[in-house]
Amino acid sequence: MARKTSPTRQAVVTIAAWTIGFLIFFPILWIIILSFKSEGDAIRTPLQVLMSDWTLQSYHDVQERSNYARHFWNSVIISLGSTALALVIAIPAAWSMAFVPGRRTKDLLMWMLSTKMMPAVGVLVPLYLLFRDFRLLDTHIGLIGVLTMVNLPIVIWMLYTYFKEIPGEILEAARVDGASLRHEIIHVLTPMAIPGIASTLLLNIILAWNEAFWTLQLTTSKAAPLTQFIASYSSPEGLFYAKLSAASTMAIAPILILGWFSQKQLVRGLTFGAVK
Amino acid sequence: MQMNIRALMGASALAMFAGAGLAETTITVATVNNGDMIRMQKLMPAFNEAHPDIKVEWVTLEENILRQRVTTDIATKGGQFDVLTIGTYEAPIWGKQGWLMSLNDLPAEYDVDDLLPAIRGGLTVDDQLIAAPFYGESSMVMYRTDLMEQAGLEMPEAPTWEFIREAAEKMTDKGNEVYGICLRGKAGWGENMAFLTAMSNSFGASWFDMDWKPQFDQQPWKDTLNFYLDLMNNYGPPGASSNGFNENLSLFQQGKCGMWIDATVAASFVTNPAESTVADKVGFALAPDNGLGKRGNWLWAWNLAIPASSTKADAAKTFVAWATSKEYLALVAENEGWANVPPGTRQSLYDNPEYQKVPFAKMTLDLINSADPTHPAVHDVPYIGVQFVAIPEFQGLGTAVGQMFSAALAGSTTADQALSQAQALVTNEMTRSGYIK
Repeated sequence: MARKTSPTRQAVVTIAAWTIGFLIFFPILWIIILSFKSEGDAIRTPLQVLMSDWTLQSYHDVQERSNYARHFWNSVIISLGSTALALVIAIPAAWSMAFVPGRRTKDLLMWMLSTKMMPAVGVLVPLYLLFRDFRLLDTHIGLIGVLTMVNLPIVIWMLYTYFKEIPGEILEAARVDGASLRHEIIHVLTPMAIPGIASTLLLNIILAWNEAFWTLQLTTSKAAPLTQFIASYSSPEGLFYAKLSAASTMAIAPILILGWFSQKQLVRGLTFGAVK
Repeated sequence: MQMNIRALMGASALAMFAGAGLAETTITVATVNNGDMIRMQKLMPAFNEAHPDIKVEWVTLEENILRQRVTTDIATKGGQFDVLTIGTYEAPIWGKQGWLMSLNDLPAEYDVDDLLPAIRGGLTVDDQLIAAPFYGESSMVMYRTDLMEQAGLEMPEAPTWEFIREAAEKMTDKGNEVYGICLRGKAGWGENMAFLTAMSNSFGASWFDMDWKPQFDQQPWKDTLNFYLDLMNNYGPPGASSNGFNENLSLFQQGKCGMWIDATVAASFVTNPAESTVADKVGFALAPDNGLGKRGNWLWAWNLAIPASSTKADAAKTFVAWATSKEYLALVAENEGWANVPPGTRQSLYDNPEYQKVPFAKMTLDLINSADPTHPAVHDVPYIGVQFVAIPEFQGLGTAVGQMFSAALAGSTTADQALSQAQALVTNEMTRSGYIK
């Protein structure tokens, strides 16, 4: 039964939620504002920044200097590719852990998560040498492989949690009806776990899109995604806030729009099973 | 019909050979994001016209990311880059490791003897030129002429530290958010430690004695740090421990600093009316001294080098020679004006009457010539480098000591505590690395 809330309480909660939401979004909003200012205005006090003239100069400069389209497509290929590959590996892995757990399944899950605790830079040189020898430096395939590995523990964990919520009896019934393992996973389990798989997919795309260590270290020009596009606009000597903000806005816009349209799915997936 | 097919095949084969003759070599150039480098990217059509067989692919990165990226690649012989932009800190270290290709065979018209001796010296290892300088800089005092006049003082061309303290005191007007002096406080070997190491040279201090023993427990370092803290705590802006070059540039441009001691390259920013509110009220002076024979100015250059692992050395050398040539300087002057020519690398630039008209041109040359990376301190030291020590361990040590000094500026430790912590840390690391026997 839903609890009754007074209108005042509801108003306070709404205002608080909007305030917190605004505060969290504010840094991104400020980046967007700065991107429409001149370099000279971008470093002034916040009030002066807001009062100063608006300009598209930074976008013009960024367009002139960099090949945005190439970086954008590289980001798309790398994030979609690594997400697809991760799901192909993670769905069967999570199925086996959720429905036919062994004695060491819990340890295995913990071990997988523990690999995320190691600083990435610790394996930079060995991985770089492998990439060099297998000619994977500055290639899409190389980066898709690395980002798949980097995000795989999170993907498996998320899917495992969703699959645990699905009653094993349904799968058993499918088996009794003569479904093979492949049919069981593709036609019975996957449709039931769609919200969970969708939110895992979206989260993984966002993580891969924003990954800024390996994408900077293992690419040069051909496979360089938007992270490198942003990194080229920071400067230790000279003003760069406006141009960096314009580059950042252009880099985050696609993923922001994707997040905006899929927020219902994301929230539904992330809270899946939380109230049971 | 058969004849026609044969003729067609013959023509195609010929076209293929002709195509092979014009085969493009693509070289990848790793560089930092600074005005001079971006300008060069704009002027690439001139290079492409002269060398249609060489295509240049640019990878522009933030300085620290570039350093990490390029170091990984060169140390593992990854071969991802054909031309590297490296600083005067890396050049001698990487040269000694044999990671860089010698540039001694550049053509005679390159006129290698025209390079400024102080800069060329830092790029020569075992008589081999291992990088070509693209742009050089030192540091100097930039000050507000109007505030100096209000204070009833006149800035000498070569001020002492005592004069700087007195001027900072008189120019400070905290009520109106005007601070006498802005200096770097942000921790980092290339941030506060670049300034403090250069400053310490003029106080008679050094990082090490001839036996590689750290000198932070000696009086000259105590004098340096105490003077710096006194200056910043009394006359500096609030929150100075997080101020680096860009933060101070911003403060100065908004009229909040009476004086600022930093890179000579800043002169073009603070005098640019489009960015600076005090563009017409800025004066320049040499970096201060204490009468001990050394000034507190540094020496830095961004250079182009070719990794030994590059498989496209000829094309890379052609590009490096073009980008650091006299002709390139003339090309920039023609397209962007003399004030935008990359400074500090060639004597012929400073002999040019047109360039002599650029304000602070002569001062930059004097400062670069007065900095001697092989004899940076008042007494003899075993290392090369004015504001750094050209050993691989320095990046880590410089940043760690920088954090201690930055903490002292923030008030969380005292000067004595910071110095004794620095002494202990550096002694430990130098013993472990085998410098101290």
